Amino acid sequence: MNLKGKAHKFGDSINTDYIISGKYKFKTLDMDELATHVMEDLDPDFCSKVTAGDFIVAGKNFGLGSSREQAPLAIKHAKISAVIARSFARIFFRNAINTGLPILICRDADRIDEGDELEVDLSSGLIINRTKEEELKAEKLPPIMIRILEEGGLAEHLIRHGGFEV
Amino acid sequence: MGSSFAEKIFRLRTGRSVEPGEIVESEVDFVMANDVTGPPAFEAFEKLGAEPMRDKIVLIPDHYVPNKDIPSAIQAKSMRDFARKYELPNYFEIGEGGVCHQLMMERGFVAPGRLIVGADSHTCTYGALGAFSTGIGSTEAATVFARGKLWFKVPKSDKYLFHGKVGRHVFGKDLILRIIGDIGVDGALYKSMEVGGNAIETLPLSDRMSIANMSIEAGAKNLFIAPDKKVTDFLAGRVNGGYEPVLPDPDADYDDIKEYDASEIPPLVAEPYLPSNVKPAAEVGVTIDQAYLGSCTNGRIEDLRAAAEILRGRKVASGVRMIVVPASKQVFEQAIKENLIQIFLDANAYVSGPTCGACLGGYMGVLAPGEVAVSSTNRNFVGRMGHKDSKVYLANPAVVAASAVTGRITDPNEVMI
Repeated sequence: MNLKGKAHKFGDSINTDYIISGKYKFKTLDMDELATHVMEDLDPDFCSKVTAGDFIVAGKNFGLGSSREQAPLAIKHAKISAVIARSFARIFFRNAINTGLPILICRDADRIDEGDELEVDLSSGLIINRTKEEELKAEKLPPIMIRILEEGGLAEHLIRHGGFEV
Repeated sequence: MGSSFAEKIFRLRTGRSVEPGEIVESEVDFVMANDVTGPPAFEAFEKLGAEPMRDKIVLIPDHYVPNKDIPSAIQAKSMRDFARKYELPNYFEIGEGGVCHQLMMERGFVAPGRLIVGADSHTCTYGALGAFSTGIGSTEAATVFARGKLWFKVPKSDKYLFHGKVGRHVFGKDLILRIIGDIGVDGALYKSMEVGGNAIETLPLSDRMSIANMSIEAGAKNLFIAPDKKVTDFLAGRVNGGYEPVLPDPDADYDDIKEYDASEIPPLVAEPYLPSNVKPAAEVGVTIDQAYLGSCTNGRIEDLRAAAEILRGRKVASGVRMIVVPASKQVFEQAIKENLIQIFLDANAYVSGPTCGACLGGYMGVLAPGEVAVSSTNRNFVGRMGHKDSKVYLANPAVVAASAVTGRITDPNEVMI
């Protein structure tokens, strides 16, 4: 899976309440509506800055906090193609894979700046920064995770295969 | 080399040796969802077109019930409708229920050696009774409804040992805050925490539950405390079905082992905006608007007793609201029997029925801009209990009660000479 877009930078420990504020999270199950409020407490204009295919790039422990999968779903519906971070909180990691939002763990995520043009090969974990002409390596996701992502999430994977294929 | 608790759980369930980092699929004993995470799970479940594994599913509305407003009423109704449609035996209506994690333990779903998942991040609480339990999302909860199993990454394990005698007015809450303050909010990321030592052995189960509850605030997948006679006694007459305790091998391989002298830990407070901003309660001195006692972290009968001991014969300070929310109907009933509710009422505290309520900024005590709360809950993120310009200080039940009396964050040892 190859992805292309520009970077939107955030810091460490971006919690699920920042990703989608609690005041919206419980009001609606309409993901496209939720998507318009992604990261709003950190950057009120975030949604309008995103072009389909862009990346969120963050520091460590991205997505800590709640288990509510509205967080990765709202990011996915905001047309972000993948989140690149130094590390992820584990429930967010699971929810992202299971709902089909690609994520990459990259220890050098700090080398990417706001607005950098990136190209990402999900299966190899290669990130090419076209702005800086630099290659970064992300941790390779296990093949089963790539498959779930390519198929759109865990539910879709199970429907297609009738089971989980490790 | 022997196996850690987590490795052993997955080894026993897959019937083969497993390595940390490996992805395995494993049978799950129970899957729990609440009124916030349930509705997306029900939607995903309908897509799967399967029959539910009725006896494994536990549905507990707790976040916004009794219904806060119309959207929450619709969510709660979808849960009731789902339970009715599929004739699920384990749905707990508000009048018999309470905060989901408290109920899971009280109603005997949790037992040593069981593997339990829940669509709520504080599902890790059940490790206090020797279970492997962890929070998951809604979509995957739906797949467990249908299949009774789920994928897991086998975690690495760390060990935390507390030695010595726990001090006066010091709780499990303080021990886990000590760890989080030490290792940070990602200090146990993806990992299994095993907590033990002679200080833990002396602790009541309620304190152990607070410790396990907040392991997610250090990023952990689960937290395990070896089950002992206190656990067996608690489960007697309560546990559903049989169980087989699982213990780590004495020669298990740990990524890290940390040791603490429990006698040196004072009542602590986590300052805004992370549970890792830990300081002795005696050094904070911040004026408060609200004192909140409740939640899956510290809403148990032992917590209410500790707060009542301080509030007996005293009044909540003028200008402060104190809110007491028992974690379940059983806790509420017991508190009535022990006359604790009367003590709270006499002190001018407000008492409500069980709900998650204000812990997550839902209702029943949300904060206005600039307001400060001391709270027995588990998170103090920006806007967690209300407006984004409000502040939450996390503390044990005795600190909450002592602070309510003085009007500023207070070490209970100052009030109870």
